[in-house]
Amino acid sequence: MTLVQLPRRTPALVDAVLDQTPNDGIAQRLRELGFVAGEQVEVVAAGPVGAEPLLVQIGFTRFALRRAEAARVRLRAPAGAA
Amino acid sequence: MNAASELARVALVGNPNCGKTALFNLLTGSRQKVANYAGVTVERKEGRLRTPGGRPVAVLDLPGAYSLNAASLDEAVTRDLIRGFYPGEPAPDLLVCVVDATNLRLHLRFVLEVRGLGRPMVVALNMMDAARRRGIEIDVDTLARELGVPVVETVAVRRDGARDLLAQLDAIGGATQQPRQALPGAGDPGVDPGAALHAETRRLLALAVAMPRRTAAVDDALDRWLLHPVFGLLALALVMFLVFQAVYAWATPLMDAIEAATGWLGATVGATLPEGPLRGLLVDGVIAGLGGVVVFLPQILILFAFILALEESGYLPRAAFLLDRGMAAAGLSGRSFIPLLSSFACAVPGIMSTRSIQDPRDRLATILVAPLMTCSARLPVYALLIGAFIPPRAVGWFNLQGLVLFSLYVAAILSALAVAWVMKRWRRDRGEHPLLLELPSYRLPHLRDVAIGLWERALIFLKRVGGIILALTILLWVLLNVPAGVGIEDTLAGRIGRALAVLFEPLGFDWRISIALIPTMAAREVMVSSLATVYAVAAANDDAASDVLRGMIAQDWSVATGIALLAWFIYAPQCISTLATIRRETHSWKQTAFATGYLFGLAYLVAFVAYRIALAMGLG
Repeated sequence: MTLVQLPRRTPALVDAVLDQTPNDGIAQRLRELGFVAGEQVEVVAAGPVGAEPLLVQIGFTRFALRRAEAARVRLRAPAGAA
Repeated sequence: MNAASELARVALVGNPNCGKTALFNLLTGSRQKVANYAGVTVERKEGRLRTPGGRPVAVLDLPGAYSLNAASLDEAVTRDLIRGFYPGEPAPDLLVCVVDATNLRLHLRFVLEVRGLGRPMVVALNMMDAARRRGIEIDVDTLARELGVPVVETVAVRRDGARDLLAQLDAIGGATQQPRQALPGAGDPGVDPGAALHAETRRLLALAVAMPRRTAAVDDALDRWLLHPVFGLLALALVMFLVFQAVYAWATPLMDAIEAATGWLGATVGATLPEGPLRGLLVDGVIAGLGGVVVFLPQILILFAFILALEESGYLPRAAFLLDRGMAAAGLSGRSFIPLLSSFACAVPGIMSTRSIQDPRDRLATILVAPLMTCSARLPVYALLIGAFIPPRAVGWFNLQGLVLFSLYVAAILSALAVAWVMKRWRRDRGEHPLLLELPSYRLPHLRDVAIGLWERALIFLKRVGGIILALTILLWVLLNVPAGVGIEDTLAGRIGRALAVLFEPLGFDWRISIALIPTMAAREVMVSSLATVYAVAAANDDAASDVLRGMIAQDWSVATGIALLAWFIYAPQCISTLATIRRETHSWKQTAFATGYLFGLAYLVAFVAYRIALAMGLG
């Protein structure tokens, strides 16, 4: 599951940020902003048209991410789901 | 070498929006622009201070960066400067790494990255007041011990908020340099250096920081409403509309007072001085010309009061969030929003602030449409023309004049979206453009900061009036009186105006308007002083009753001409400093020529169409 599929206001843990192109600058920046394995993440709100962009809480910070950006963030399966 | 008297060079570095510039202003007594969003500072700024120990220090304020792996032009400046690669600039003697104490998870990572450079550094825990209010506890001693560098608390918005930092500056070059510790796992092949930074950040947070909750409760509550798909957009529309109504409604009493004062001054000077060229120059040139511009100061200040308060509040990135989808469809991005909004004040700083846009194509599109945003210099022109040609009738709850002003701003915004969209289609651009925008905590605007900001704006405006506008007004008055003794249409200015009028005739502009357009290349608001001078001279020659400019043009022009001139000023392509800034920021004559060409083309076309439609409607 990726961050795009995460229901609103449901905390989850980041597994990894995946490069979509070789040397993906956007994926690199996401990692620098704190999207790294084990970090808690939550989709707080979404934009008015087509739920674009997403408002994502990571650590103590909120970022606006386009859906294509959020799709790079793979989440860990929820603890109880296995 | 006498370390205590030699000039030390200190650089403020850190994540965007951690308060570097506020700290810089506090340390050096400067008044650089601060606001509550990422990317306010896009250039290096330098200031001086003397430490309590008497040591002179040069302080550099650098653009914020999330990482030394720069993703935009402003981040690259910071990266190069602190590594000593910036042309003509040695590496600083001390790095002051500023962090927002309420946002340590993100900001400590950058501290660790900077520490990895092995340069002397101090960490300044800024916004400690906000952190305490939120119940965040930071064990400063533990943090300093574990980081291996000095850590001081600062509150950049308080007068003595940098005391501990100043004490650290006294110690520059002393024996306080600590050995760097390598991060566990860093440098090992197979270990991602980014992962090592994060692991260390987590360890430090666990050791030294206790946070009751991850975000401020007030942010959660406000975001729930202000980012709501329906209420959020309604709130944004309401805020914008309120600004324009206020600009019109609140300014009127002040403007009437200024108008009365200039009228009295003109009459008094006119009665005191003997008949002759000096009286003409003072009364018809200087007082009529400058008074015509100064009268708009209240409107400009009200507009700026709103912009400054919005910038400080942290609302602007929220507006960018709400508008991103629509702006992306037009070939811009939510990141373009703040540069474009600051272009409502003036396009020059607006264009410069595009440096924080990572994507080069988004940045270019933003630069090219920024001149379309209705800058404050156009406000006097609009206000004059609306006052002359639009009756102050009530339309429902609103004033018709306010509505027309609002629709002029909307027309400019729609034109910008259309131009950006056409450029996007032209390039057949299908690439991905990142947004990645941080939404800061809300903050109550400080009355003092807004007041200082307004004072600076008022000074800038009055300096323009006393400088370039005065010079151009005098020059125009001279041209209107040479050679002496001929009718106004046969003076030098009259002849130039009549030659230009051939070009502008199809738009309904007569020779007076045409001549007044030339000096607007230096500053758009000169349109008002130029018209005031032309009409004052003409009125003096005709022995006609002297009236305020608004009344004179209302009598002299058709409504269609007034509307065409309003339409021309939506595009107002003639601002030289905007075009020079486009050239500097794009490094391209081609883009500059493109911007000039499309602005002139649109101005001419839209003014022509507006004139013809107004004529057809019987407004000639």
